[in-house]
Amino acid sequence: MFYSLLFKDKKDKGRKKLEDVEFFRDLNLDQMITSLTSLKKEHNLNEFFYVFPSSVEETKYRQDISRDLENEEVFHSVREFSMKMQRARKYQNYANKLVYKYQKERWFVDSARVYVEAVNTLKMDLSSLKINSEGFKEFKRYLNEYVNSEAFKDLASQVSSILDELSAIEYTIFIKENTIKVQKYKGEKDYAEEVLKTFERFKQTNVKDYNVEFDEFMEMNHVEAKILDLVAKLYSHEFSELDLFYVKYASYMDKTIVRFEREVQFYISYLEYVKPLKESGLKFCYPEFTTSKQVYASEAFDVVLAKKMQNEGSTIICNDFHLNKKERILVVTGPNQGGKTTFARMIGQIHYLGRMGYPVPAKKARLMFFDKILSHFEREERAENLRGKLEDDLIRIKKILDAATSSSIVLMNEIFSSTTLDDALFLTKKVVERIIESDSLAVLVTFLYEISSMNDKVVSMVSTVSQENPEIRTYKIVRMPSNGLSYAISLARKYGLTYDQLMERIDV
Amino acid sequence: MKVFLMYKDKDFDLHVRLPSNSETLIQDLRLNILFDTMAKNDDFLREVSKVVLLSSLTKVDDIFYRQEALKDCLKNIDLVRGMYAISLESFEVERKTFFGFFSKYPIGMLDSSIRAMKILIELLKKLRKMALDNSNGFHSSAFKNFFDRIKDELTDEYFAEVESHLKKLEFRNGLLISAQLGEGNKGKNYVLRGQNDEKKRWLSKIFSKKDEAYTFKIDERDQNGAKALSNLKERGINSVANALSQSVEHMMNFFKNLRTELAFYLAAVNLYEELKNAGKPLSFPIALPHNERTLHFEQLYDPSLALKGNVVANSLNVNEKNLFIITGANRGGKTTFLRSIGIAFLMMQAGLFVTASAFSSNIFKKFFTHYRREEDRAMESGKLDEELKRMNAIVNNITSDSLVLFNESFSSTSELEGSEIAKEIVLALKKKNVEMFFVTHMYTFARNMYEEGSPDTFFLVAERLENGDRTFKIKEGIPSQTSYGVDIYKKIFNESSSHYSNVNN
Repeated sequence: MFYSLLFKDKKDKGRKKLEDVEFFRDLNLDQMITSLTSLKKEHNLNEFFYVFPSSVEETKYRQDISRDLENEEVFHSVREFSMKMQRARKYQNYANKLVYKYQKERWFVDSARVYVEAVNTLKMDLSSLKINSEGFKEFKRYLNEYVNSEAFKDLASQVSSILDELSAIEYTIFIKENTIKVQKYKGEKDYAEEVLKTFERFKQTNVKDYNVEFDEFMEMNHVEAKILDLVAKLYSHEFSELDLFYVKYASYMDKTIVRFEREVQFYISYLEYVKPLKESGLKFCYPEFTTSKQVYASEAFDVVLAKKMQNEGSTIICNDFHLNKKERILVVTGPNQGGKTTFARMIGQIHYLGRMGYPVPAKKARLMFFDKILSHFEREERAENLRGKLEDDLIRIKKILDAATSSSIVLMNEIFSSTTLDDALFLTKKVVERIIESDSLAVLVTFLYEISSMNDKVVSMVSTVSQENPEIRTYKIVRMPSNGLSYAISLARKYGLTYDQLMERIDV
Repeated sequence: MKVFLMYKDKDFDLHVRLPSNSETLIQDLRLNILFDTMAKNDDFLREVSKVVLLSSLTKVDDIFYRQEALKDCLKNIDLVRGMYAISLESFEVERKTFFGFFSKYPIGMLDSSIRAMKILIELLKKLRKMALDNSNGFHSSAFKNFFDRIKDELTDEYFAEVESHLKKLEFRNGLLISAQLGEGNKGKNYVLRGQNDEKKRWLSKIFSKKDEAYTFKIDERDQNGAKALSNLKERGINSVANALSQSVEHMMNFFKNLRTELAFYLAAVNLYEELKNAGKPLSFPIALPHNERTLHFEQLYDPSLALKGNVVANSLNVNEKNLFIITGANRGGKTTFLRSIGIAFLMMQAGLFVTASAFSSNIFKKFFTHYRREEDRAMESGKLDEELKRMNAIVNNITSDSLVLFNESFSSTSELEGSEIAKEIVLALKKKNVEMFFVTHMYTFARNMYEEGSPDTFFLVAERLENGDRTFKIKEGIPSQTSYGVDIYKKIFNESSSHYSNVNN
């Protein structure tokens, strides 16, 4: 029996709301969540981001659903469905708010029409589309039963017969001075067409549309209402059917359908968010999970920064990382503004996103199924005095180190940067030792080069600059720097102007 | 009713997107002098000239079509100016009738478009008279077809039909509007209906007894009711006001297109007269398909210099060449030569005559220039980067059968490195059937290309006489090592130049 698109089992196996979400802000995930939820306000998605799936199975349950939604046809049809449901709710609101009887009743039928259409279309789409996830299959089963139920069939047939009759109505109003005459339409010709025909020979390319857009209010004025009453007199049978429907079908929406429509937004909002990035050539993948620390990702990037850069017209640089058997800590050093912080964020982000069941911003990835993400990023905020700041830092760091387990991810960015070099080196070494003790997986961004070669648990990563021009950051974070070509030729290569590159670039 | 004086099957679009390197072409080929001469102080003519020269024709037939029309204009310039004057009158319509001003009220729009239509009809009548009286002197298909269309379509009967519509649209007998029920039972699809004439209405009243109708009246004092009623009328008139307004716009666009296309020919005539008066040779070029490689010209010169004084003219006759390497004396006329080539192609592919006594060549799909920029010499470090960036932009847009003019490119690094870069680029572009003229001082590069011995490469040098004087002529010749900068130095510093003789390898 279908229960939920987000949780595999109805039983709550200790699923609980995340408490320490400091990392949301450090990793800029708060910005992403705001983007995802702000466009779907009526669905109130926010709480979904604070609950982790309880097991690898549950994360995979979501991954499978998300994969189905990555099929463009499935995605399209679900999104269409959702838009219709929103429209149906909007029309119901009109029916509740408006005054004139025939107007209220009609909005109500219109609302039901949109709902019926939404449900029918989704059912039809799902029956012909290839879906593989357990979640979607269960829902499909439910949907089929619902559509075949007597209640739904009855609703659908009433709606369509009433609306067919109403839409067949065509009437004329004849206006002369203050008098309005209402009659059935008798086939008089469209006068604008005759005018256009006369001038057709002058047709040049595009011209403006001079049709005036009238302000359309939901309300009617009393003249329109009067005309509608007279039309109802001309077509009395059609309007009596309308009266009946309004009474009989007062509440018609199915609860499970409504729930599905809300939960699917969790996936849709993210897939819409990353779509432009994918189209620009950036890769996303569904990670596998490990309980060991032998994690890796290739062509990974910070998804929030990538969004921002895309809006500004630039493209983010991707990076790789991996940890071998003994390795636990990635120590990132190198020149400032070289992408070190971004690198640390990226590792945190892909773990969070992967755990939520989302495709992560990387070409390929194996991630740790973590229990916590613990982060401490240097903040801009000014402390009263340096001593006080160091103290606050250490309190926070101790809290993190105490909480860290062998399944935790610890992210630290430029800690101790405002103390003396000796102090910073001493303290950082201590922190590294503690992390190694707790056997967590960690990323440490620091200006202390000494740390990067502390022992064999530590992997050195370096932000690099252009070989030719040290002013230019490459935003590549690498295990080993590379070099090679002479200045001019490598500059030509940079612009894709070597013979081989040109042969590739130019189409004949 | 199409104008079609510039293309046989489409309107000329003044707002077409110009190639992204247009400003560079204007700068490198000094096109502004050309535009100014064509404009003769008329900004509109200047704008049209600029767009036409930069949006090159890429079909031989299209070029021929314009050449023929231009020849007609050269012979009938007074009549062309007369039609141009009529087209300008149409621009008064907006001011006189307020047509096109934004209005929320279809009734107001209908009123101003009726008045606009009346003025335009008068202009059409004038144009028609001019066409009937004077079309004999035209032989190009562009102008012949244009006059035929005017004669066929603007008949007396047609003018009568138009005037009867304008009368009906005053609605002396009330408005009949049909509608349907939309969402929420609001009226939708309001359509103005033609009313059957009086007789038929009487008949239908007598014979259809079931003609059920309900009538109500809006009280004189009901202001909201009056507002609602006029809103209904506006909805009814909306579609017909739109129809007539669109018709007015179409007709104004007809005149607008006529003005734009005639402006091009007037500008071309301006340039023609100016150069003729200066005693320079002009000829209509023979354009060949872009996949051929033929280049033949005689007395080719740079018009931007010709308009200011004397110029040197060059001649060349080669086939199956893709790459021209030009070396030799500084200030020896290489840049001028490069410019005369570029301008001739732009003029040919605009449908104009060219500045040569004879010219025939294949056409190109796109044009590019890559000139060393003198102005930013100061910051040498970023210079190569900047040059390569520009080259990269060219490669982004280039296709086979394009023309690239290089002037001292890639010389902002050491000669060895610059030559290597230039060689890779040139060889790759050559392979992709891009044609290039490359002015260079990089002996290593020029020599390398010479030693390759590729049959599609042709070598030119700026001529220098035995005594060291430059003739500014560009002739066939193999790359030579010194670039005569010393000569100029010596000349300025008044030293004998005899022992700095030319060293040919």
